[in-house]
Amino acid sequence: MAEPHLDAAYNLARWLTRDPQDAEDVVQEAYLRAFRFFDGFRGGDGRAWLLTIVRHTAYSWLKQNRPADLHVEYVEDETGLHLHAADDAPLHATDPQTLMLRQADGLRIEIALRRLAPEYREVLVLRELEDLSYKDVAQIAGIPIGTVMSRLSRGRRQLRRVLEQLEKTA
Amino acid sequence: MNPNCDEVRELLSAYADAELDLARTLSLESHLAVCAECTARLQRLRDFSRVLRERAPYHRMPAALKSRLPGLLDDDDGRAAAGPRQHGRGQILQWALPIAAALTLSVGLNLLIGSRRADGALVDEVVAGHVRSMMVAHLDDVASTDRHTVKPWFAGKLDYAPPVFDLAAHGFPLAGGRLDYLDHRAVAALDYRRGRHVINVFVWPAAGAESEAEPLTNSGYNIERWTVGGMRWWAISDLNAGELTSFAEQLRAAAIGAE
Repeated sequence: MAEPHLDAAYNLARWLTRDPQDAEDVVQEAYLRAFRFFDGFRGGDGRAWLLTIVRHTAYSWLKQNRPADLHVEYVEDETGLHLHAADDAPLHATDPQTLMLRQADGLRIEIALRRLAPEYREVLVLRELEDLSYKDVAQIAGIPIGTVMSRLSRGRRQLRRVLEQLEKTA
Repeated sequence: MNPNCDEVRELLSAYADAELDLARTLSLESHLAVCAECTARLQRLRDFSRVLRERAPYHRMPAALKSRLPGLLDDDDGRAAAGPRQHGRGQILQWALPIAAALTLSVGLNLLIGSRRADGALVDEVVAGHVRSMMVAHLDDVASTDRHTVKPWFAGKLDYAPPVFDLAAHGFPLAGGRLDYLDHRAVAALDYRRGRHVINVFVWPAAGAESEAEPLTNSGYNIERWTVGGMRWWAISDLNAGELTSFAEQLRAAAIGAE
């Protein structure tokens, strides 16, 4: 039996809280809210609607229990790297991109993605793991499509940076 | 006039996602045609995206949590949360129907303004039935890819025998079935798949002439409906319209062949 929407709900909660038990709490709360506030459903994609509620619930939960998580500034704080226009260009002549791609296993990607600020992490998860359109991502995250565009662009660059950083320290 | 590389860089990510508007797509492509550096950057972006999709962990909901969710709703005002509980299908159906009613009402209210087809209320019910099946841990009462398992399961639960066909050979495998409630009666709901997409098929006895499949779009879902062999059929999915039409044609052909 497959329930695609439930898996999507849990996956998003898990990536936002970064903890399996907290993700369970968030999903249960979101599930109740979804049914209690069904009036809010305006038709359309049930998955996007449910994910909107999950995201909102996750942020409320974090605000209450782990407010520090909402202010992750990984790239500046932990690596001292500052993003600039050339960040998506190869760093060395030996093409570290190729090296990084070859060695980026699931665990390393998980570690890197967890370190991004939530506003970048969520658009990457919704786009790359849920394969949602920019329009749906915009609805779920409550931001304009132009912002989805710039956050994805920056988020991908940051993620690459962090992966490269992990590579060097490995 | 070509945009310079700095401007292009900000748009490459959306271009790789095929989410850039036409005007900027054309302008970016004319730049890519003459700029090897940006073309290489685009390739790296695509590689990176592919690696993420292939290897980033997707956290599926644990089965224990899935089975616990419906039970949460039994509690007063939906307050609660505590430990795991067991729930039979009967209990699930108990709350499934009020939820169906709520769904129908809310979707229905949104459609009240404007002209409505004769089938309007039924469209709402079908959409509601589909959305509901995707949201709760209740897609299938009988989970099986074998029509000889699915079909007998309905015996005694409905006052008719729903026709069940396996379309796996056409790329639409059967995944199971369940009881649903439409048009003031219990009906058979069959769950077919196309990749990760779910297709819900509702079928119940109906008088009336045989008809070709008629497409319809509602609330972002594609729908096909037709009458064959004294049965009314509705298929609904988030699958694209072309593939759903081909599914409907296969299913209709199978039903005609069985007559």
